[in-house]
Amino acid sequence: MTITEKILAAHSGKEEVSAGGLLNAKVDLILANDITAPIAITEFKKIGAKDVFDKSRVAFIPDHFAPQKDIKAAEQCKMLRDFSKEYDLDLYFEVGRMGVEHALLPEQGLVVPGDLVIGADSHTCTYGALGAFSTGVGSTDVASAMATGECWFKVPESIKFIYYGNLNKWVSGKDLILHTIGDIGVDGALYMAMEFEGETITSLPMSGRLTMCNMAIEAGGKNGIIVPDGITEHYVKGRAKREYKFYSSDKDAKYAEIKEYDCSKILPTVSCPHLPSNTKPAAELSSVTIDQVVVGSCTNGRIEDLREAAEIIKGKKVAPDTRMIVIPATQQIYLQAVKEGLAGIFVEADAVFSTPTCGPCLGGHMGILAKGEKAIATTNRNFVGRMGHPESEVYLSNPAVAAASAVLGRIGTPEEVI
Amino acid sequence: MILKGRVWKFGNNIDTDAIIPARYLNTSDPDELAKHLMEDAGKEFPSKVSAGDMIVAEANFGCGSSREHAPIAIKAAGIQAVVAKSFARIFYRNAFNIGLPIFESEDASGKIKEGDEIEVDADKGAIRNITRNEEYTAKPIPPFMQELISAGGLIKWTKKRIEAS
Ligand code: SF4
Repeated sequence: MTITEKILAAHSGKEEVSAGGLLNAKVDLILANDITAPIAITEFKKIGAKDVFDKSRVAFIPDHFAPQKDIKAAEQCKMLRDFSKEYDLDLYFEVGRMGVEHALLPEQGLVVPGDLVIGADSHTCTYGALGAFSTGVGSTDVASAMATGECWFKVPESIKFIYYGNLNKWVSGKDLILHTIGDIGVDGALYMAMEFEGETITSLPMSGRLTMCNMAIEAGGKNGIIVPDGITEHYVKGRAKREYKFYSSDKDAKYAEIKEYDCSKILPTVSCPHLPSNTKPAAELSSVTIDQVVVGSCTNGRIEDLREAAEIIKGKKVAPDTRMIVIPATQQIYLQAVKEGLAGIFVEADAVFSTPTCGPCLGGHMGILAKGEKAIATTNRNFVGRMGHPESEVYLSNPAVAAASAVLGRIGTPEEVI
Repeated sequence: MILKGRVWKFGNNIDTDAIIPARYLNTSDPDELAKHLMEDAGKEFPSKVSAGDMIVAEANFGCGSSREHAPIAIKAAGIQAVVAKSFARIFYRNAFNIGLPIFESEDASGKIKEGDEIEVDADKGAIRNITRNEEYTAKPIPPFMQELISAGGLIKWTKKRIEAS
């Protein structure tokens, strides 16, 4: 069996499962945010359950339109807070304690290897980086699981992605996943598990692994997953709030397909509007002028990402016709960035340094694009209207390329500014 | 169950930001959401769509976010069913969970044109194009999904299970 099949089997009390089978599995953690929890709460109340299945396993995180951007958003956030009080939930994160959900939960050790996690947010697939099975579901799924502790799944087929060779300078997990999506397309892994492995992955830091699994959904994947190893152990030791278990794939596990990538051929990569699969090397896009740069999100808002952007922009200025918005994904990352002097580097470069929020990533607030404006962002989606006006454009990149583009006022590579 | 209606045709990879842009997600009121359905996709869709219409699209319909607001908005606008070559998986499960009928069909989505009148026999998985006098087949709906539909969606299904235990 694959690691995905093993985790699903273990959570549904089965010895063996195989792709295509439908099953009901026990969940270790359930997540919802200020957009999806309100519907989950309304639906949960319709079920008539006396209580949630486990107070310590339902996480409500107001991060999308929080700090509350308008009255309607405030009402939605309040629903989370009221419900959390009423049901005495352990994992409610108020503004000031919250962060972008998919950065916050692994950081706080609330998701661990071997877990089965569902979240009413498509990027729940991020935690596969820890060797967990995690996937995005709808609010109704969350409502039902909050009552029963279970969720229905179709066991996905797996595709194995093998990465070998050394990474080029300024190439990171983001470039590997953008390159992969560019290769297989936005439905290239539809309904499937994307299992990442190979020597390049073995030496890829946890931040890069989280970025890769985060974007499995952009290829249509059900989950991204990496078999846990020493890097995983190092990351979870000291933070894990629960016992964890390392699963691995059997030698004779079945894969729908095996893809291989020579990483020495992968350059800093950008996804052009309006699909993540529309990729080109950053170096070929130097004619694209940029109005806004965003460094942040559940994809690339971790401390490593901020360090990378700061390294490029240190001692320089954001181009006169460009604005740059840097958003650490969690409070802990924010504080760390202040301590390391990264916040100062950004502010001195004329960038904005924001409190944690999803903000502009989904066109919510804190940096919305006007008609005709172009942004380069370290986020994960560049659909029509994703960051604002339907006639604005979003390019996706890694933090180094984003920071270099901020300095240049157009898309560019780190080599051009360093 | 037989569903009959006029078709709105869409292409590949219609994402959830196109179905219901995030700027309207500060509410989950179905009627509010329906007012902005497919607003950015051109066609002046929200003002022209009428109850009983159908959506037919190409591959990967509903890709992107997990927002249940997408199928909710479609249902609230009175769309009876969505037919596509394939669906993104979270949209697929959301549709069944909230009771929006959806059908996967290779040839139907290729041949049906905007404005066609179609009839879907949900039990048989047969799609008839009245305008063009053609027939297509949809993939059968797995037994568990049928159970969800006949229970009236996931919430009612769960309620029954809890009451029975
Ligand atoms: S940062 Fe963006 S992609 Fe991540 S959870 Fe927030 S809105 Fe979604």
